Amino acid sequence: MSDAQTQIPVTVLTGYLGAGKTTLLNRILSESHGKRYAVIVNEFGEIGIDNDLIVESDEEIYEMNNGCVCCTVRGDLIRVVEGLMRRPGRFDAIVVETTGLADPVPVAQTFFMDDDVRTKTKLDAVVALVDAKHLPLRLKDSKEAEDQIAFADVVVLNKTDLVTPDELEKVEATIRAINPAARIHRTQRSGVALDEVLDRGAFDLSRALENDPHFLDAHDHDHDHDHDGHDHHHHHHASDIHDVTVKSVSLRGGEMDPKKFFPWIEKVTQMEGPNILRLKGIIALKGDEDRYVLQGVHMILEGDHQRAWKDGEKHESRLVFIGRELDAERLRKSFEACQAA
Amino acid sequence: MPTVAPLDLEGHCVAAVFLNDVPHFALADGAIHRLDNGHKTLQANDGLLAAFHDTANDRLITGGEDGKVLAVKAGGEVSELASAGKKWITSVSAGPQGAIAYASGKTAFVRFADGKIKEFAHPRSVEGLAFSPKGMRFGIARYNGATLHFPAAEGKPVELEWAGAHTGITFSPDGAFLVTTMQENALHGWKLADGKHMRMSGYPGKVKSLSWSVKGKWLASSGAPAAIVWPFASKDGPMGKAPLELGTRGNTMVTCVACHPSQDVVAISYEDGMVIAARFADAKEVLLRRPGKGAVTSMMWDKEERRIVFGSAAGDCGVIDITA
Repeated sequence: MSDAQTQIPVTVLTGYLGAGKTTLLNRILSESHGKRYAVIVNEFGEIGIDNDLIVESDEEIYEMNNGCVCCTVRGDLIRVVEGLMRRPGRFDAIVVETTGLADPVPVAQTFFMDDDVRTKTKLDAVVALVDAKHLPLRLKDSKEAEDQIAFADVVVLNKTDLVTPDELEKVEATIRAINPAARIHRTQRSGVALDEVLDRGAFDLSRALENDPHFLDAHDHDHDHDHDGHDHHHHHHASDIHDVTVKSVSLRGGEMDPKKFFPWIEKVTQMEGPNILRLKGIIALKGDEDRYVLQGVHMILEGDHQRAWKDGEKHESRLVFIGRELDAERLRKSFEACQAA
Repeated sequence: MPTVAPLDLEGHCVAAVFLNDVPHFALADGAIHRLDNGHKTLQANDGLLAAFHDTANDRLITGGEDGKVLAVKAGGEVSELASAGKKWITSVSAGPQGAIAYASGKTAFVRFADGKIKEFAHPRSVEGLAFSPKGMRFGIARYNGATLHFPAAEGKPVELEWAGAHTGITFSPDGAFLVTTMQENALHGWKLADGKHMRMSGYPGKVKSLSWSVKGKWLASSGAPAAIVWPFASKDGPMGKAPLELGTRGNTMVTCVACHPSQDVVAISYEDGMVIAARFADAKEVLLRRPGKGAVTSMMWDKEERRIVFGSAAGDCGVIDITA
């Protein structure tokens, strides 16, 4: 396990220009937490970044030559991370600040698909900065704004002072409709507690679902909406924004037959991979003492036994897909068909 | 029995070379160490990213995080050849008539011996560059292929297309073939006379080290549990022929290869720091260095074909004397 100990955590910041990325970045760099960061940026914004180690790189998306259009990596990150990791003593963690229009998927996939990068670093979390005032406009004119939210583990809903409480409710409901699995933090001037964006372990299977007990449970989320108990009730709030093409499908079932479930999830990710931005799940397998946790990005699927089910813990399976053109009904039926008899 | 004179340094060795027969070790922090009647050190780049041994001028061309391209000569003479601002210099090479080339982002630069610099902008990042051994010509590796330029003349570059991300590049010593390393675990080659493709795949890992044997008859490569050595002696290169697999080990990967200057022998080094030499004709192996602390990253033979200088990712470097 010595490899795991030396893997450098990487936090990815996404969000449109003006959403507050650089403000958050400067807070990460300046607050006294005793950690040193290497920062990778694709463009120098209007606000300076105050750090010793900043690397500017040209966003370079490489499609892997395996016939899969969604298997993309960021070539520039591979090179920069490799260069940085040759002198690892200079920093404790890496922050990647992407451009406003960046697609977060190749950024994340780089940390799974490139062997060199994967052995030396680990993706900690994707944090999306969202401007409460301008999000509805952004969603109308770009696919990227939606992708960034859909792909995020943490959404910092910033500049809440520029909107009315009612507007804020709507914007948050829209975010929730796009991505029910993300943690949402309402802030002004990117004033989120740093432990809510750093060291999240969002892609760490042993931790992912542990540090967020409400993971996958949109209606358990600790915001004071009028929860009506339906999995997709949030769409009602957001119904006046018609530009959302990403949706989530939350599935819930009992114990799964591993002989049925694994071939099914493999097939779903193979067939639907291009449409799946993220998937996360906790699976109860028949005859297995341990919770099985799953996460995926497009066609990349990772799963592992996490820990034993606790006494009194309900052995149920939960799975959420976030993506486009997902056939919710078909997914639900085929998922339920994997349940153990 | 070979003997090893170790030099334990702190940090990742980017290049281990002989300059005027003196072993030099260029580390990622930009320090250049040498064994010249004792251990001596000088500081070159503020962060070293790329290095290339310029054989004709017996100097090391370096490119760094500081955006500078330097020339390091034996005895510790360092001169600045170029500067590209705050961006990293990610690749360097040296060519005929004292010309050098370097890359930063999407731009490749050629600096002629008289100090004149010519820029070559590309739509995508320049991942690697190399000069052809013949004529004033250089190639860059890029997404979906390679581009050849003739920096001394005006005129259109030659585009060589092959889908995928090409990360490194080398010409065969006779200039007949161009070979790239790829992001996926493969090499790609072009026969330059007719543009014929050569696919060299099947590696379990990325290929990071390539070395042409004497007269370019073979191309040795890392990226597998053995050194994969492709036959290039015939006019169509390795097509339809199986490569040699030399120095196969079950539990580690080859990280660096360096062909002997005059014989069909290759020095092979591994993830665990072991170094061997293997002969092409009968695959006979000789152990040169036992496993060390880190993966061997760089090796070079001296002119007398007696010593090999090596460097590792963990900083345990040294010189192997094969005759002692």
